[in-house]
Amino acid sequence: MIVGKTAQSAGFRRTRWLLTAVLALYFVYTFIPILYVITASTKTNPDLFGTFGLWFSSDFHLWQNLHDLFAQDRGAFGRWLWNSFYYAILSGVGAALVCTIAGYAFSKYEFAGKRFLYALVLGAVMIPQTALVIPLFLLLSQIKLLDTPWAVILPQLVFPQGVFLMRAYIDDAVSNEIIDAGRVDGAGEFRIFSTLAFRLLMPAVSTVFVLAFVASWNNYFLPLVVLNSSEHFPLTVGLANWYASAAGGSGGSLLYTIVMAGALVSIVPVIVAFLFIQRFWQGGLATGSVKA
Amino acid sequence: MADLAADAAASMPRRRTPSNIGRRLAPYLFLLPFLLLFVAFLVVPLLYALDLSVWRTTLVGGTRFVWADNYVKAFFDQKFWYGVLTLIRFALLQIPIMLILALVFALILDSGVVYLKSFFRVSFFIPYAVPTVIAALLWGYLYSTNSGPAAQIATALGWPVPNFLTPTSIIPSIANIATWEYTGYNMIIYFAALQAIPHELEEASVVDGAGGFTHALYVKLPLIAPTILVTIIFSIIGSLQLFSEPYLLINVARTVINSSFTPNIYAYTLSFIGQQYNYAAAVSFLLGAVTAVVSYVFMLATQRRGRQ
Repeated sequence: MIVGKTAQSAGFRRTRWLLTAVLALYFVYTFIPILYVITASTKTNPDLFGTFGLWFSSDFHLWQNLHDLFAQDRGAFGRWLWNSFYYAILSGVGAALVCTIAGYAFSKYEFAGKRFLYALVLGAVMIPQTALVIPLFLLLSQIKLLDTPWAVILPQLVFPQGVFLMRAYIDDAVSNEIIDAGRVDGAGEFRIFSTLAFRLLMPAVSTVFVLAFVASWNNYFLPLVVLNSSEHFPLTVGLANWYASAAGGSGGSLLYTIVMAGALVSIVPVIVAFLFIQRFWQGGLATGSVKA
Repeated sequence: MADLAADAAASMPRRRTPSNIGRRLAPYLFLLPFLLLFVAFLVVPLLYALDLSVWRTTLVGGTRFVWADNYVKAFFDQKFWYGVLTLIRFALLQIPIMLILALVFALILDSGVVYLKSFFRVSFFIPYAVPTVIAALLWGYLYSTNSGPAAQIATALGWPVPNFLTPTSIIPSIANIATWEYTGYNMIIYFAALQAIPHELEEASVVDGAGGFTHALYVKLPLIAPTILVTIIFSIIGSLQLFSEPYLLINVARTVINSSFTPNIYAYTLSFIGQQYNYAAAVSFLLGAVTAVVSYVFMLATQRRGRQ
């Protein structure tokens, strides 16, 4: 028995190292573009092309690049950063609230048209973006919302995946007993939701918020179509424009390091936010049961 | 507990009527904000696009009603099907690689037989937080034949410089970007599903003499099959809407990626460069129809296999 166990644990240790090596290999792959953007934004433009891409050069040029980044086009980048941020916050908070109450209705009530409405919400996920964004562009131009922040924020509040996720979570996390107990105590339906259910739902609410925030932060197609002036651009549209002029223009080769610094600045805040929220959010999803 | 609550409610007839009205109205009120936004920014634009797609504007004839002419035109439009073919080749390559990797990593992490578990889980997920545009832009630099690291290494070793942006290599190159972006995301979904499997099953397997690998293959995989199915369908839908990655790579692969490389790029070009909104609407709807057909066929196929 003891002999068997040591043999097993030697094998176990080997498996453990082997599997860790597999994951480490994929980590290297995951990290390559991140390492590239970090090293590239610390280089001068000649070094960007003249030194090895995945390591630093002797000339540490990060602060100068960041300075150039925020100075380029009279501070356009700072403007885009702020736009991306507040579009994402408003879309995230709005979508989380709207999806939570909609998911609650789908989960905890029986009503006429429920199945039809829910099928509609699920079907919406299948619609190609162009099928929506092109008519949205024409409609928004008729109501004079084109090229305003609302043209980006309002459509992003429709987040069917959020409703889907919320409903699945509420099915498990909020027992009917709690709601019935609330009703017996004479609480109104909205009060039951806001005081009893909502607190239990915080992990899922934050999940939907994060997903909607990231979807907005990463969105490219919608703002590309509905925005025209640089002052309203989010990072994605602004940087893609700079990238296009850096890649296409013969005189604009200075821009390459600026684009790299811009890429670095636009991913670092999201990654940091993600690492923070991740713990709270995953832990919450795992321990969200009230059935005990 | 439920019976007790129901009894208690039944014994209080005075409260029953008003709360029933509230209870009947409540779901509609809760749904109202979502439905208003849903109608305004999804249903109305769709209906408007549907309307657009049955008209045609010409310089001489003005705008006139053409029934399904735009759809017929799109159906026989080689550029549209060329884009669909690109997507099919992309999806057949990318989805299996991405989902198999995600599944393998999730199983490894779930088994707990590795060092640095949470480090790997979090770091694999990070690319999902990188905007698609920036991912495409970074890989665009990495693919570069004169300044990309792969080219630099090849040159230093005296090997031929790999070109990632030729007509034959462009689809694998885009597939690589998508795999980089979404493998971690799918891994997290699988991981959560695996974590929900009760541990008693593992003990039962051990008693039966099954190893970790056998247990993963015969017990865990079937249990998370519904989750796998959902990720496949979402990946198919996502693939068919491919836009940002190839659109950004146009900057570095101008001769390889054209204006009808994917149906979404085609519809975008038709609308915003060609001003052909009516035809673009028909092309988008046709893409929607292709998406629905592909997803439906896939679901039917897997359901039938499940029953046998």
